[in-house]
Amino acid sequence: MDKLIIWYGELISGQKLLKRGLFFLVPGMLWLILFLVLPGLILVLVSFAGRGDYGNLVWEFSFDNYTRLIGYGLFGWTLDYVYILLRSVWVAVVTTGLSVLLSYPLCFYIARKPLRTRYLWLTVVIIPFWTNMVIRAYAWFLILAPELPFAKLAAFLKLIPPGAPLYPSALAVYLGMISMFLPFVALPLFSSVERLDWTLVEAAQDLYASNFRIFMHAILPQTLPGLSVGIILTIVPAMGMFVVPDLLGGAKYMLVGNLIQQQFGASRDYAFGAAISMALMILTLFSLYMYKRKNKGIDLI
Amino acid sequence: MKGLSLQGINKTFGKVHAVRDVSKDIHSGEFFTLLGPSGCGKTTLLRMIAGLELQDSGRIILDGEDITGLPAIKRHINTVFQSYALFPHLNIFDNVAFGLRSRKVPGAEVNQRVKDTLDMLELGEMTKRFPHQLSGGQCQRVALARALVNEPKVLLLDEPMSALDAKLRAQVQIELRRLQQKLGQTFILVTHDQDEALIVSDRIAVMKDGQIVQYGTPAEVYDFPKNRFVAEFLGSANLFEGTYKDGRFHTAIGIFELEKPPPWEKGLIAIRPEWIRISDTEPAKNGLRATVTEIIYRGTNLDISLNPGPVRLRTSTYSRIKIGDELWLDLAPKEIAVLNG
Repeated sequence: MDKLIIWYGELISGQKLLKRGLFFLVPGMLWLILFLVLPGLILVLVSFAGRGDYGNLVWEFSFDNYTRLIGYGLFGWTLDYVYILLRSVWVAVVTTGLSVLLSYPLCFYIARKPLRTRYLWLTVVIIPFWTNMVIRAYAWFLILAPELPFAKLAAFLKLIPPGAPLYPSALAVYLGMISMFLPFVALPLFSSVERLDWTLVEAAQDLYASNFRIFMHAILPQTLPGLSVGIILTIVPAMGMFVVPDLLGGAKYMLVGNLIQQQFGASRDYAFGAAISMALMILTLFSLYMYKRKNKGIDLI
Repeated sequence: MKGLSLQGINKTFGKVHAVRDVSKDIHSGEFFTLLGPSGCGKTTLLRMIAGLELQDSGRIILDGEDITGLPAIKRHINTVFQSYALFPHLNIFDNVAFGLRSRKVPGAEVNQRVKDTLDMLELGEMTKRFPHQLSGGQCQRVALARALVNEPKVLLLDEPMSALDAKLRAQVQIELRRLQQKLGQTFILVTHDQDEALIVSDRIAVMKDGQIVQYGTPAEVYDFPKNRFVAEFLGSANLFEGTYKDGRFHTAIGIFELEKPPPWEKGLIAIRPEWIRISDTEPAKNGLRATVTEIIYRGTNLDISLNPGPVRLRTSTYSRIKIGDELWLDLAPKEIAVLNG
């Protein structure tokens, strides 16, 4: 007779509980193994293969794809790919940073609204979530079109030739990326801001704190949980983003996502594409590691 | 003038008149308590003194200086919050040093002052710990240290003991009283606990519906409540309604003599249960023959209810009183408080 235990009020044997747990767990595990772990491992293998004349894979082990990535090519040494990788990191960091800067005032503004209108405001923030990414990128085309005031103003300031649109450009990429990722930062941050214990702010005021000190000691530590979620939700996908930079940046502002897409698409160089993907994955893990290390403990200052 | 002066303070929240025309001078070095039930405006008044709430009208003067328009960060007043509001990510030392560092006091002086304050409150061993590692009583002392290290002209305490259990609370009340006497600083305490107010205060202001209804030393307020609210809020009281004529007070249960004629013809008198004495023979004045209907054993004493009345009295547990006993009660004239309303 198996030993009976009480599991959250239910009388059940340990063995039966284990079986039930496995039953619920197995489908998800299978899914992850089949569609995440296996393809990931294949990608690792492919990244060491080569490209045949017709874009087919040639299974001979070499580090050629990786040496090519850091710049040793047919035509001597260039850092083009490294630049693209670094630029992707830079774009992701700037996008995240600006999204955070924009989210704080936004969240406090919404949190201060009465309950009735608060959810209306939140809905306005969430609406981009419901709209297709590509459609939103094209919407920026309209906004940045030459006939509209933004492009006209830029032309007047001699930033672009008259009659030209504001895209493709770095500016357009940032506009697209930030509008894309703002809700990812704002929503988790809002959940923290909404629950903020204002007594701590009052205590800081009572103890003569400057506005900067109030933020660092009374607001930032309390909003850190939401902020962390927002930052991770933004920086990871932003590094690999390719739709927005493709449409709004084009060849003028290529990011690693576009490069990978190009290898698997037009260039038909799966092996090199796999190597770039590996590099991106390593970069992502590295930045998460750095982020985690920087925020170790609670010492933020 | 040294001390804090409140002049005609008013505050409304929507339709609620939270504080009504409060004027009071609080002397320097005094332990002053605002006592009242929840919603009486005592915390609002405290927050206005702290600069965390803006009054609708009235002025606040601290040591002769008008601080009415100054925000909290410019007032030389510090607060111990009800929830303590310690910074969870800072250790005890950094929490206590917060105010000094905000004012850019040099590092060596910060270290010395924080150390002295922590030692005074017996927290010297805890400097490296974080608030979540401390007990409620320790957190409370850290909150006290964090405020006191700034040497405020007035220390405000917003129900600082409500989170402590009864035994610890009794101990902390006495410690707080001793600390205040040692430092000689002005403390203003907000509480709804009448025992606490009586134990710690030099002076008590009893508040009701945004107004101070009685003000005085603990003995004055307790012994001679001015009205029904104070008599019932502080401790318990036997209240008798009646009319005063021919030099005596006529009630439904008997006729009593008062020490002084009251300023009214129809009104209320109060007598504390512990002042009523039991007598075997009829007392010379103000005797009342009554039957015991209920006895509640409270360890330190017995609470006895009697008819007619009902009269409640408090006596020692030694007395061999049983339900149904008939007793003579002695309601001495000098122990009867005449109420104004």
